[in-house]
Amino acid sequence: MIAGLIKRAAFYTLVGVIVVAAVFPFYYAILTSLKSGTALFDVGYWPTSVSLVNYVTVLSTGTFLRNIGNSLLIALAVVILSLLLGVTAAYALSRVNFRGRSLLLLTILSVSMFPQIAVLAGLFELIRALGVYNTPFALIFAYMIFTLPFTVWVLTAFMRDLPVEIEEAAIIDGATPWIIVSKVFVPLMWPAMVTTGLLAFIAAWNEFLFALTFTASSSQRTVPVAIALLGGAGQFEIPWGNIMAASVIVTVPLLVLVLVFQRKIVAGLTLGGVKG
Amino acid sequence: MIKSFGSVEAIKGVDLDIAPGAFVVFVGPSGCGKSTLLRLIAGLEEITDGTIAIDGEVVNSLPPARRGVAMVFQSYSLYPHMTVYDNIAFGLKIGGDGKADIDKRVREAAEILQITEFLDRLPRQLSGGQRQRVAIGRAIVRDPRIFLFDEPLSNLDAALRVATRIEIAKLHERMAGTTMIYVTHDQVEAMTLADRIVVLNFGKVEQVGTPMELYRAPANLFVARFIGSPAMNTIPCMIESGGSAPRVVPEGGRSVVVNAEIPLKAAGARGTFGVRPEDLSLANSSEAIFTGKVDIVEKLGEVTQIYVGVRDQTIVAKLGGDAAVERDDEIALTAPRGALHVFDDKGIAFPRTPA
Repeated sequence: MIAGLIKRAAFYTLVGVIVVAAVFPFYYAILTSLKSGTALFDVGYWPTSVSLVNYVTVLSTGTFLRNIGNSLLIALAVVILSLLLGVTAAYALSRVNFRGRSLLLLTILSVSMFPQIAVLAGLFELIRALGVYNTPFALIFAYMIFTLPFTVWVLTAFMRDLPVEIEEAAIIDGATPWIIVSKVFVPLMWPAMVTTGLLAFIAAWNEFLFALTFTASSSQRTVPVAIALLGGAGQFEIPWGNIMAASVIVTVPLLVLVLVFQRKIVAGLTLGGVKG
Repeated sequence: MIKSFGSVEAIKGVDLDIAPGAFVVFVGPSGCGKSTLLRLIAGLEEITDGTIAIDGEVVNSLPPARRGVAMVFQSYSLYPHMTVYDNIAFGLKIGGDGKADIDKRVREAAEILQITEFLDRLPRQLSGGQRQRVAIGRAIVRDPRIFLFDEPLSNLDAALRVATRIEIAKLHERMAGTTMIYVTHDQVEAMTLADRIVVLNFGKVEQVGTPMELYRAPANLFVARFIGSPAMNTIPCMIESGGSAPRVVPEGGRSVVVNAEIPLKAAGARGTFGVRPEDLSLANSSEAIFTGKVDIVEKLGEVTQIYVGVRDQTIVAKLGGDAAVERDDEIALTAPRGALHVFDDKGIAFPRTPA
């Protein structure tokens, strides 16, 4: 009885520690973003006065709104292109027998092993040569380097598990490979697509190094870079309030996305098509 | 309609001519290539060598949809995310038919299969039998020249299997002009459904014929053992004489006259003697072919199956349900002359002569 009580207490303490470790930094960021003036430098764990002045400042000055727009555009473009290329590549890699298929898969995987810094210089040259430096295309192109390998891999693994008979039934029905992919496989795979799409979105949304390197003007920057380069009134002032407000603004969409989609990921859509 | 294949390994040269409107069943043990043959006809596999023609048109390089075939799969293979209606209509929509026309045909097919009330449901909300009907419906609406069934009943339970088997037989009657090719390993399905049975073994056709031809006059030992349950008793024998009233001596049995064309020069050769369990009956020892001791008696109600030890082999006999046979009885068995089969040393049957 007492041993059971201790076990449960220990369990909930552990859960509490994990929740605090995960949530506290974000909570403190929200807290800080609501303070103004010198109140910023008082250490306190409960909101004392609520002021939205930091939010107003961040959104009304500089190019922060434009930067959010850039981030959104780039992340969405990366997700859409990655899923489109990923699904079609996954069909070929999982269903079409050709020579060197596993070699190709391993090559795709090995691409994601290079650290960003290793490809930075070469990629910079490439982007200059393509003439897309300081445009959203540069970042869309660069981000696909790390979103495509895992998109292709996850979708290939998922597609391999879809029953072959369903595809054959579609072939008999006269479906072309494109119809098979778009009308039969995509609806069945959409839990996997939501997951990979979300991961790709987060990766593109958070990326810093490429975004810093491949943009020059403040109007082309994405949010992570814009936050890092937020300047205060003087050289030695770091505008913590504004930075925290900006951080909260860019984190909330991610939280909402994950919360919305986590329920939908559960679906067991493939049930019922084949015997079972 | 001629189909000939010469694809290595799985199908080792099959020459087959299927009449339009026939119900043909491919039957054989697992791994004999029957499903592969079906998939070749469907166009899901490419043939290595040879030609497939449908209605005189060579279709080797045509994709499945253009061959005018429809297929029902063992695992139903419905599209899990579509309603029954959309499952049936999918092929028609791809074909670009008009909406009103599609609707009419889907509803007709649903009517035939009595699944109209399920049209709005998803496959996972249906039972196995209902799913298989939807799969058949999906094939019907395409109005195919050839209907292919790949073991469609093997996922159903026994009662449903019989019911669906009868439905398929009715469907064939209704679609008189449509050729049906049906793959199964179940000889009851083969015997009950087929106009013609094709027995396959190791990628080769062993025999083609009506169910009764295969039962009455199996061309070789493989077909003899495969068709009929329990399997035909096959016993090594010595051919005593050929000619007009040929005689053979099965091992452990008495010399008998058989209705078979055995050449005179075959006398003295070894062969195999075959007799079906249901053709054997109790006899007095003077006219018996075999005598032996009963090892096991199985009372099945309408029949009694007995296993009789004759020298070092076991002979199975199917007797009447109330046959008075006990374990350890010494009994004598005989069979009518017309029911005896003789195969040469290569397992090929000697042609049967009319009784």
